[in-house]
Amino acid sequence: MKELLTNLRLVILSVLLCCVAYPALLLAFAQMVVPWKADGSLLTNEQGQIVGSAQLAQAFTRPEYFWPRPSAVNYNASATGGSNLSPTNPRLTERARELIAQYGGSTAAPVPADLMAASGSGMDPHITRAAARYQVPRVAAARGLPLHDVEAVIASASEVDALRVFGGEPLVNVLRLNLALDALAANNP
Amino acid sequence: MLEISSPMLVIGLSLGLAWPLGAYMRWAMDPSESGPRRAAYEALCTRLLGSPASSPQNWKRYAGSMLLFNLVMYLLVFAILTTQGVHPLNPDAKAALEPSLAFNTAASFTSNTNLQHYSGEVSLSYFSQLFGLMWLQFVSAATGIAAVTALCRGLSGRTLLGNFYQDLWRATGLVLLPLSLIVAVLLILAGTPMTLDGAAVATTLEGVTQTIARGPVAAMVTIKQLGTNGGGYFGPNCTHPFENPGFWSNIICTVAIVLIPMATVWMFGRITQRMRHAAVIFSVMLALYLAFVACAAITESAPTAAFAGLPVGDAMNLEGKELRFGTTAGPLWAVSTTATSNGSVNAMHDSLNPLTGLLPMAGMWLNVIFGGVGVGLINMFIFIIVAVFIAGLMVGRTPEYLTRKIEAREMKLAAIALLAHPVFILGGTALFASTAWGAGTLNNPGSHGLSEIVYEFSSAAANNGSGFEGLGDNTVPWNIATGVVMLLGRFIPIIAPLAIVGFLAAKKATPESSGTFRVDTWMFGTVLTAVVLIVGALLFLPLAVLGPVAEHLAI
Repeated sequence: MKELLTNLRLVILSVLLCCVAYPALLLAFAQMVVPWKADGSLLTNEQGQIVGSAQLAQAFTRPEYFWPRPSAVNYNASATGGSNLSPTNPRLTERARELIAQYGGSTAAPVPADLMAASGSGMDPHITRAAARYQVPRVAAARGLPLHDVEAVIASASEVDALRVFGGEPLVNVLRLNLALDALAANNP
Repeated sequence: MLEISSPMLVIGLSLGLAWPLGAYMRWAMDPSESGPRRAAYEALCTRLLGSPASSPQNWKRYAGSMLLFNLVMYLLVFAILTTQGVHPLNPDAKAALEPSLAFNTAASFTSNTNLQHYSGEVSLSYFSQLFGLMWLQFVSAATGIAAVTALCRGLSGRTLLGNFYQDLWRATGLVLLPLSLIVAVLLILAGTPMTLDGAAVATTLEGVTQTIARGPVAAMVTIKQLGTNGGGYFGPNCTHPFENPGFWSNIICTVAIVLIPMATVWMFGRITQRMRHAAVIFSVMLALYLAFVACAAITESAPTAAFAGLPVGDAMNLEGKELRFGTTAGPLWAVSTTATSNGSVNAMHDSLNPLTGLLPMAGMWLNVIFGGVGVGLINMFIFIIVAVFIAGLMVGRTPEYLTRKIEAREMKLAAIALLAHPVFILGGTALFASTAWGAGTLNNPGSHGLSEIVYEFSSAAANNGSGFEGLGDNTVPWNIATGVVMLLGRFIPIIAPLAIVGFLAAKKATPESSGTFRVDTWMFGTVLTAVVLIVGALLFLPLAVLGPVAEHLAI
């Protein structure tokens, strides 16, 4: 009986420590020091409406936007996930064929691999800079812009982070890139 | 350069931090010469917890208290999950879980497995995540640390193994909580959300509505890594940009996965005062770990076979991976998370190249390459007993370990602990592969389908929690079968070793002489490695051949 009481006390104390004090301290820290990140890095437009999260991919299908990596969950940020298709699964090859057709890939101009492979979360916000460059002709044509203007936006939107310092491929955040494109259009009507 | 630098960073940091942490854990868990402040703290804890938390226990009482508290843990969380709808902190109005799923989930988090047949952001309220699952992530990890501390005390010759309640409280308050605060602050700075607001609703640039699930993510992600729990806040775990926002968060998380299991080996050396022996064990684990990491990095650098012959640019297998972590981050994590019984992922294991997929499975089959918090070393202890026994037989002497003779009773218990693991994996796989219970839930055809079943049972038995997640595992047969396997796979390999050390400690110590079989030499390290590989892996060779190897050869 006494031992049961000790169990109960241990439950209460550990809950207070781990489930009340610990998250409360973190909440206070996060909301005071980095409130924007702590709320999910949400981006807003000039009217103050939320347009997405800088950390999450969203669907882009129109030709005038850069397209993100494929998503097994169609960019649903409330039910995320990967394709879980194995390398020997014919469905994976089939999906790649459809995507290649969409991008108009050919042996002369193979589609960058990151645009063919779904990310683990289905929400990868990045594509490689090579994958962004690959889409420049389509985006430029749809927007009626010269190629080098679009190239310049990619260069300005490329992220310099630790990954690159350690020799990784330069990455571009697709949502930020598309916002920069829209801003360009708004400034030069 | 990135291929090398990211593993070097992770392994270098964890090796460097494990040493001081081992010394700290010794101070926290088994204070030998405590000053007046520590004595006052312990007195306060005894007042708070009551007198049953102060008297030292023999192995039976220790194991009994552990089982009792774990039963309480299980029942409380089962109750929370089945009544989820009426609790506070539920801004997105999540309903109660179906009973078999609640059983599986409560068993999974009680046993430190964190196999998830639900998807976090879809099914659970903030209350369930924080007060149910995150609480279990702390106290189940603390149970592991408590158990290994008791084992160390027994091996240093004490017949009383300490007090479970006291140990659990020390592990929670002095080890896990301070470490979690440090790591969580780093993750928050790296961009992991920490909020109690409900989901955000965005209107995308193309005018579509996107509902963005968020929550107190940083708190849970931290303890899931440090406690080798692995249960993510979101369904796809640490591939999700909110759980793992970038390069540095990925490095921090990978270090957090292996840190405490590494430090535990040094704590063992300090408590038993056999640092050279601990160094040999550490080296065996490290050698296997490095070999696994190297193999995985090499096999995963190949492109996926699915794109062969298509006009796709050259790159490693990127299916199921995120770009922001860098190339070797996926295989490094896959090995780390299964060598330790963590089970979180930063790439989808189902989509790994076939031979890379074999390495996480092998890590779970052995379950001793640093292993889960506390239990990794306990598993290794069983292999050590077997290695000492075999070495003793080879030279024709009564085997002894740390001055105590190993006899029939100890060997029987070791055999039970050792064989439980393959029985659960092989038996479960046989049952589910031959019936619609398993065959009807596969996401991939052929050998890979078998691998999905093998992986699921390996993950449950090893208390790992990762999966070939294509498997449609939220069915009543899967929930019940893996739930039972997780509980047995947790407690048999803890209680049998505690019994062994209880028996050993009660024996008369034979003074060490020049004839003593030494366990602090490279020779013993070699014998131990061979025993781990032969006894641990050979049993699973047929599964490896029928699953991943057959798939590889079919490409």
